[in-house]
Amino acid sequence: MKTLVWVEHDGKTVKDATLAVVTAASKLGEVDLLVAGSGVDAVAAEAAKIAGVSNVLTADNEALEHPLAETVAPLVVKLMADHDAFLAPATSNGKNIAPRVAALLDVMQISDILSVESADTFTRPIYAGNAIATVQTSDKKLVITVRGTAFEKAAPEGGTATVVSTDGAGLEQSVSTYVGSEIAKLERPELTSAKVIVSGGRALASSENFHAVIEPLADKLGAAVGASRAAVDAGYVPNDYQVGQTGKIVAPEVYMAIGISGAIQHLAGMKDSKTIIAINKDEDAPIFQVADIGLVGDLFKIVPELTEKL
Amino acid sequence: MKVLVPVKRVLDYNVKPRVKADGTGVDLANVKMSMNPFDEIAVEEAIRLKDKGVTEIVAVSIGEQKSQETLRTALAMGADRAILVVSDEKVEPLGVAKLLKAIVEAEKPDLVILGKQAIDDDNNQTGQMLAGLLGVGQATFASKVDLTADSVTVTREVDGGSETEKLSLPAIITTDLRLNEPRYASLPNIMKAKSKPLDQKTPADYGVDVTPRLTTLKVVEPPKRTAGVKVADVDELVAKLKALGVAK
Repeated sequence: MKTLVWVEHDGKTVKDATLAVVTAASKLGEVDLLVAGSGVDAVAAEAAKIAGVSNVLTADNEALEHPLAETVAPLVVKLMADHDAFLAPATSNGKNIAPRVAALLDVMQISDILSVESADTFTRPIYAGNAIATVQTSDKKLVITVRGTAFEKAAPEGGTATVVSTDGAGLEQSVSTYVGSEIAKLERPELTSAKVIVSGGRALASSENFHAVIEPLADKLGAAVGASRAAVDAGYVPNDYQVGQTGKIVAPEVYMAIGISGAIQHLAGMKDSKTIIAINKDEDAPIFQVADIGLVGDLFKIVPELTEKL
Repeated sequence: MKVLVPVKRVLDYNVKPRVKADGTGVDLANVKMSMNPFDEIAVEEAIRLKDKGVTEIVAVSIGEQKSQETLRTALAMGADRAILVVSDEKVEPLGVAKLLKAIVEAEKPDLVILGKQAIDDDNNQTGQMLAGLLGVGQATFASKVDLTADSVTVTREVDGGSETEKLSLPAIITTDLRLNEPRYASLPNIMKAKSKPLDQKTPADYGVDVTPRLTTLKVVEPPKRTAGVKVADVDELVAKLKALGVAK
């Protein structure tokens, strides 16, 4: 089987999420990458070094500067004439583009796969991860999004893929245009790729407390900062901090849940973490039922002390 | 201006899903069912756009007869009329998108607002697929919608922040959580909704083949985590963190 992987990048470097998709694709067969953008030489050169890749197809056009589904999908459809499967990361961009590709190919997409069981059979979470379904497709071509935390990352170095330019010309933006973006400047690691995450919940009681208590600890540990939906709803931090069923799905080496009770919706987003540490004053909080290490007590005393002693 | 709002009947989000012992799926017998939360946000947004030139809201559901209840909820919130495409078999997002395409061609709405995903199958596909089939613009994961007479500007929630796109009409929007807080239907409106028009159709009426492409071979519970140890104080926790290699 010949697969095509959409490379997520910011115009400069390949995003980490791509590497897990390469691993998933390599379980199906030969792996080609698609680097679409405006001025993509550097990204294509980086992508060509990813282990296990055969060809890096580039589509270079101003219209592709921002990965709008309306422009990327027709390009992918054209390339799918020579490929059997299209894979993208289950990131906001991947989730935006892949279903449009699937519809144009008349294929039922398989979203957010956790494993490749065979060439036509995959597992994926349903009901926010409260159940895992094994699904088999009857479509001739495959369109798949991949949950990054479920696959090992392919080695970013060591590959020797050929870079092939495809015809990225003739693309027009007619039905939608990119206006602008506000991407938060991250001084800390990104939530979905962090090795350690420190998350705060409603018990922090205010935005000031959240920043004063959670952030110094995160910085001590070189960790990303997350939050429960309750903390987001209460306005302590912006929505892109949210870990859970309705936020980001994470699986770091260590997840620290501070002042988070452990609602189903939050657990759905972090229960695949390798080690879960919970700090909560309520010893009956559901978070302790999934925590590997628990400490019962007042977070406003414990966390500063912990930060100091680390 | 007309808005089409597709809604889905799903297991209520407060109910813990239970996997059936025979591994065929999640048990939906005798449990509370509700409108998919993201679809409620879509209905609410359509109603709020009535101040911005929207004159008619058509709610659509595709599913079993009981989806009528979900449509009545949309009508009680403020939708004007409803269409139910009855199917006792499960219809996948691709089939739903094809049916919606046919309905869009008949109804000619200026906007279709959908939930970004249904909380049962978590596919996150239907809106994007519909936009692709129609060849129109799509703004997924919307947190803000600005509608004018011939275009819509949408702020989208993306990894790490937000992004703004401008789409010409007709366009497809899918909702994210922060777009709005849906209203509760008042009792008088619930009563009034009972007399609002609700058309019944079948996939065959639209000439759409909704045969599933995917077969679910089995559904299992995810691996369970078990509770670990409790430490007594911060010093013990520091020692544990050092053992894990995350602290020096």
